[in-house]
Amino acid sequence: MLNILRNVAVWLDDRLHITAIYASTAGHEVPKSAGSWFYVFGSATLLCFVIQVITGACLAFVYIPSTNEAWTSLQYLNHVQFWGWYLRAVHNWGSNFMVAIMTLHMIQVFLFGAYKYPRELTWVSGIFLLLLTLGMAFTGQVMRFDQDAYWGLTIGASITGRVPLIGEQLVHLLLAGPIIAGETLSRFFTLHVFMIPGLIIALISMHLRLVLTKGINEYPKPGKPVRKATYDAEYAEILRKEGVPFVPHAIDKDLIFAALVIIGILGAAFIFGPEGPGGRPNPTIVDTNPRPDFYFLSIFAALALLPDWMEVLILFVAPTVCIALLLALPFISPTGEKSYIRRPVAVLSVIFVMLIVGVLTYMGQTSPWSPKMNAWSGDAIPEKFVKGRTPLELRGAVVFQNKQCRNCHALGGQGGERGPALDEVATRLTKEELVRQVIQGGGNMPAYGKKLSPAEVDALVSFMATLHTTAPVRPSSKPENNLPRDVAAVRPPALHGR
Amino acid sequence: MSESKDADKPAAAHGNSSRRDWLLKIGVALNVIAGAALAIPLVGFVFSSFAEKKDPRDWISLGPLEHFPEKTTRIATYRNPYTRPWDGETAEIPCWVRHISGDQFQVFAINCTHLGCPVRWFQESGLFLCPCHGGAYLEDGSRAAGPPPRGLFEYSYKVEKNILWVKGGQMPTLSNPV
Repeated sequence: MLNILRNVAVWLDDRLHITAIYASTAGHEVPKSAGSWFYVFGSATLLCFVIQVITGACLAFVYIPSTNEAWTSLQYLNHVQFWGWYLRAVHNWGSNFMVAIMTLHMIQVFLFGAYKYPRELTWVSGIFLLLLTLGMAFTGQVMRFDQDAYWGLTIGASITGRVPLIGEQLVHLLLAGPIIAGETLSRFFTLHVFMIPGLIIALISMHLRLVLTKGINEYPKPGKPVRKATYDAEYAEILRKEGVPFVPHAIDKDLIFAALVIIGILGAAFIFGPEGPGGRPNPTIVDTNPRPDFYFLSIFAALALLPDWMEVLILFVAPTVCIALLLALPFISPTGEKSYIRRPVAVLSVIFVMLIVGVLTYMGQTSPWSPKMNAWSGDAIPEKFVKGRTPLELRGAVVFQNKQCRNCHALGGQGGERGPALDEVATRLTKEELVRQVIQGGGNMPAYGKKLSPAEVDALVSFMATLHTTAPVRPSSKPENNLPRDVAAVRPPALHGR
Repeated sequence: MSESKDADKPAAAHGNSSRRDWLLKIGVALNVIAGAALAIPLVGFVFSSFAEKKDPRDWISLGPLEHFPEKTTRIATYRNPYTRPWDGETAEIPCWVRHISGDQFQVFAINCTHLGCPVRWFQESGLFLCPCHGGAYLEDGSRAAGPPPRGLFEYSYKVEKNILWVKGGQMPTLSNPV
């Protein structure tokens, strides 16, 4: 019996070359130092991709890529399809994890100098994988065909429309027509499930093949720079001295991290559930607040904060330069120190880029530049700003709310942050300056002269002139009177100035 | 496989070399022709937007003038003329109609000129505000504040038999306004 099994195994191996394939892939020799916790991110990114392919294929069993049906089929997935909500959640969290772990992988590879000779093309293929993954993130957001997807597409088209000369044609190419309509979603579906994943699989094959042919980067030692003339021999020597087969000697930490990643994705999906879909993709619902998924919030924020003249530069020139620099990196710096301990500029640039992206993402999340559309009707004026004010000033507070000043100006920490908070505006502007600012506008504020009657301006400015202290002071002459406070504080000293 | 066979039999390969070279050239040439025949329709299909020059716009009725009282700005919606049977509600396009007086109108695209987000009208302050990056426009559509590079996109309009018509059908962008 055992003999028959052995014969079958030998026959299969003879036909399929399993042993040889195993020896040249999973069993290939790696430097012992590469079995480090820092080396787990690449395989974890690949794992995320596999999870995305599997869950994505399952979701495609039910999802309908039609403008008319997509939103309903997502609701069906969330609420009717057995385990549908969970697979959507896993797919969503899988993409978050994939972008995050891929970023860690890239930072690690950069800081360990793994892009240097002879692994230039591994880095270059990795950059393309990064771009394609971001392409998956954007097209994936469109698959969740809701208000954010619709307006996200509009933003994409508007950016494309700024391309000189062929902007119009490019918009048509992007949207599959002159406007978001039937074919648009089909186009993005094709990109999301066929084109980009196909390219990713091809590039992953190349990426892995290069890891096998050029070997995994040894754990860099400070003071051991890469020299083209000697590196190959040095690497061969490392393998000869302390080479171990990847399986089983260096895969242990990858396995543990892989399990943690899967548990992390499953856990996050279980706790937080699927993302959206948000409001119906009906453009006539203009009461909406479009925001991209977090991968693109930093770009979204940059577009709010840049001066006009810089926008085309940042939209088209900056990405081109950044990508070109990333692609050129292994050719600009093919040799020299690998260890981050001897590369302070590399460490600083990672911190610098992370800080910029982090701060912009945070700002994109909070969007202080956006007027708070319902502050005028939704945020009450805190009591301290109206307590004890005269009728004229109270009238001014009403004008302040009614004319929607609150959408851009906060009081007591509530309201828009487009313009400055006005809690203490009277300490900055005189009554005359307030009148001029209201009537003529200035800075980023439109003129309200035509929208306010003189009486309204008078009331409004009287109210604002009281905004210069955090606590209204009651008359000190009668500290112990028995009247209720608000009656005692008929006329607070807030009015003394101006 | 054929290469390894050739290596085994160098004499035979040598004997047929001119015929083999000729066949190889024919093979390559035929595949170039066949590849082009396949590529032309494929590229044409995918990049049809560069070939089609037809104006997608058409005149669209926004309804009788009574819907738009004088000196007000109101939202109007229309069914996009460039449409497919499976568009659903995505083809319902909103726009802002400002009735100045008589036959004098301004019809603004909903899209902010900065990046296309839907602007909202605030009657009391007389402003259009964009929820994305805080662009603001005055009542007449001109740029008031924020990052927009120009005023709101304006549809061309006409009034016929008490009906307001606008010419629309494409997403307005800086390179191709309404």
